[in-house]
Amino acid sequence: MKADVKPKPVVGGEVATGDVLLAVDNVSLSFGGVRAIRGVSFDIRKGEIRAIIGPNGAGKTSMLNVINGFYHPQEGTITYKGVRRRDMRPYIAASQGIARTFQNVALFKGMTTLDNIMTGRTLKMRRGLLAHALHYGPARWEETRHREAVEQIIDFLEIAHIRRTPVGRLPYGLQKRVELGRALAMEPELLLLDEPMAGMNLEEKQDMCRFILTTKDTFNTTIALIEHDMGVVMDLSDRVVVLDYGRKIADGTPAEVQGNQDVIDAYLGVAR
Amino acid sequence: MELLYKIFVDPFVQMGGAPDLLVQTLWEGFVSGVLYSLIALGFVLIFKASGVFNFAQGIMVVFAALTLVGLYQKGVPAFVALGLTILVMLALAVAVERLVLKPLVNQPDIILFMATFGLTYLLIGLGQLLFGGEPKVMIAQELFLPKGSIDFPMLGGFVSLQKIDIAAAVIASAMVAGLAVFFQRTRIGRALRAVADSHKAALSVGISLEQIWVIVWFASGIVALTTGIMWGARSQVEFSLQIIALKALPVLILGGFTSIPGAIVGGIIIGVGEKLGEFYWGPLLGNGIESWLAYVIALVFLLFRPQGLFGEKIIERV
Repeated sequence: MKADVKPKPVVGGEVATGDVLLAVDNVSLSFGGVRAIRGVSFDIRKGEIRAIIGPNGAGKTSMLNVINGFYHPQEGTITYKGVRRRDMRPYIAASQGIARTFQNVALFKGMTTLDNIMTGRTLKMRRGLLAHALHYGPARWEETRHREAVEQIIDFLEIAHIRRTPVGRLPYGLQKRVELGRALAMEPELLLLDEPMAGMNLEEKQDMCRFILTTKDTFNTTIALIEHDMGVVMDLSDRVVVLDYGRKIADGTPAEVQGNQDVIDAYLGVAR
Repeated sequence: MELLYKIFVDPFVQMGGAPDLLVQTLWEGFVSGVLYSLIALGFVLIFKASGVFNFAQGIMVVFAALTLVGLYQKGVPAFVALGLTILVMLALAVAVERLVLKPLVNQPDIILFMATFGLTYLLIGLGQLLFGGEPKVMIAQELFLPKGSIDFPMLGGFVSLQKIDIAAAVIASAMVAGLAVFFQRTRIGRALRAVADSHKAALSVGISLEQIWVIVWFASGIVALTTGIMWGARSQVEFSLQIIALKALPVLILGGFTSIPGAIVGGIIIGVGEKLGEFYWGPLLGNGIESWLAYVIALVFLLFRPQGLFGEKIIERV
């Protein structure tokens, strides 16, 4: 790791723009004999778009799964908002403001766009079970208030026309958008996007880029994204970390990474 | 020719000839249908939330009823026993979540299905150990359930309604309506449907699988207790009661495994169909068709509408 500008770490509470929001330190993860991640360290700073790139099987998705607690690394620590942990738990991640989307779209297929995005408000709804069951005053009022927030997201993502459609029927590009909407409904501090443009045509990619940039600018959301489209990565991201065979091989600005010989070798192959 | 007459004409002539008998048969079919619905509802709740076909649903009915009567026989006042039984069902839900579902999370469905077999035998053993295996009489009167029957003249004859059947129909309907509202209109309902669709996506938005599982197992425990009380009051509380739970299978095929309204309508169709079949067509086949007719109806349904009457159509992208 470079020793120069080391942003000061924060202990608990609010994280100012530019400070470290999340740091993974020396994380290793293996499944039986397969070592998916080997001693990787990097950080994500508040307010930036951090890209994670690398060839297939480099451990990018595994890394996101470690960050939001789906996988528990055998070694290393994860420091989020100044709290250092051996591993994350999905519930803690969600309640602490980490939202994510999935590589192969994990939506609730039988539910409508609106209901899917409403699930993103789960942790924001605080009325008791009984109140909801009876659907009485405050619970109903709460539902309405959250509906408003969700409608704003729907407008922002330009998916008003499909709000009542079961998402299983939607084309892939729109499903990805609904999934982003569900993550945004959580009002996340850290948004993890796993290949948000995969399988999209040029126009859809441009739309998605616009949504990502607007999200960052409007809500000051920190974003970590995995993406294979290098054009997108270079345009969007502030800093890039490159993984190959579970190891970190480069870390820096898009320009730095682009010129790095290890990265070029990893992508193009090298005669040894 | 005579056979065709007996199948297609004679039963309807009989129905027309004695409409009071028809009403009586329909009513009896309706009541057992409502009880089938309740059992099926227990299955649907668990299946929706965890994708598990809970083989132990039948024994949960028996176990709940047995606990209630057993506690009463040990000298606990009836309503205290009822409260305690509810707590026992809650404890069972928590135990199942901790000891069965959680360790087996992400395992194939068949593994979880087999685990519910294990649960079945555990509950049979536990029930016998604690309260003995002999048939017991449901404490219907102590719980202020009505007894006797109301006869009223109708359509040139008279129809006799057991009061306990009326109570069963009313309580079951109230319960079904309550659960339907709870699971359709609340955030828990949304969370439940979310969990049914995708575990990882549900986790990523902060839905707690543990909480949902305990809720659905507890809900189906309460449904089991209600069924146990009603069915026990109509006959006896005994271990063979769990066989009626198998009747829920055709109900589920008819109604769809994931649909609460489906479980209700399916149960009533099966209940009424069974009784009508037994009464009007049974003699043709030497009676006793009640025990298998439901399965035949389900089989026919599987051929034409595999997702059931109300089942969610499976949308698969390829």
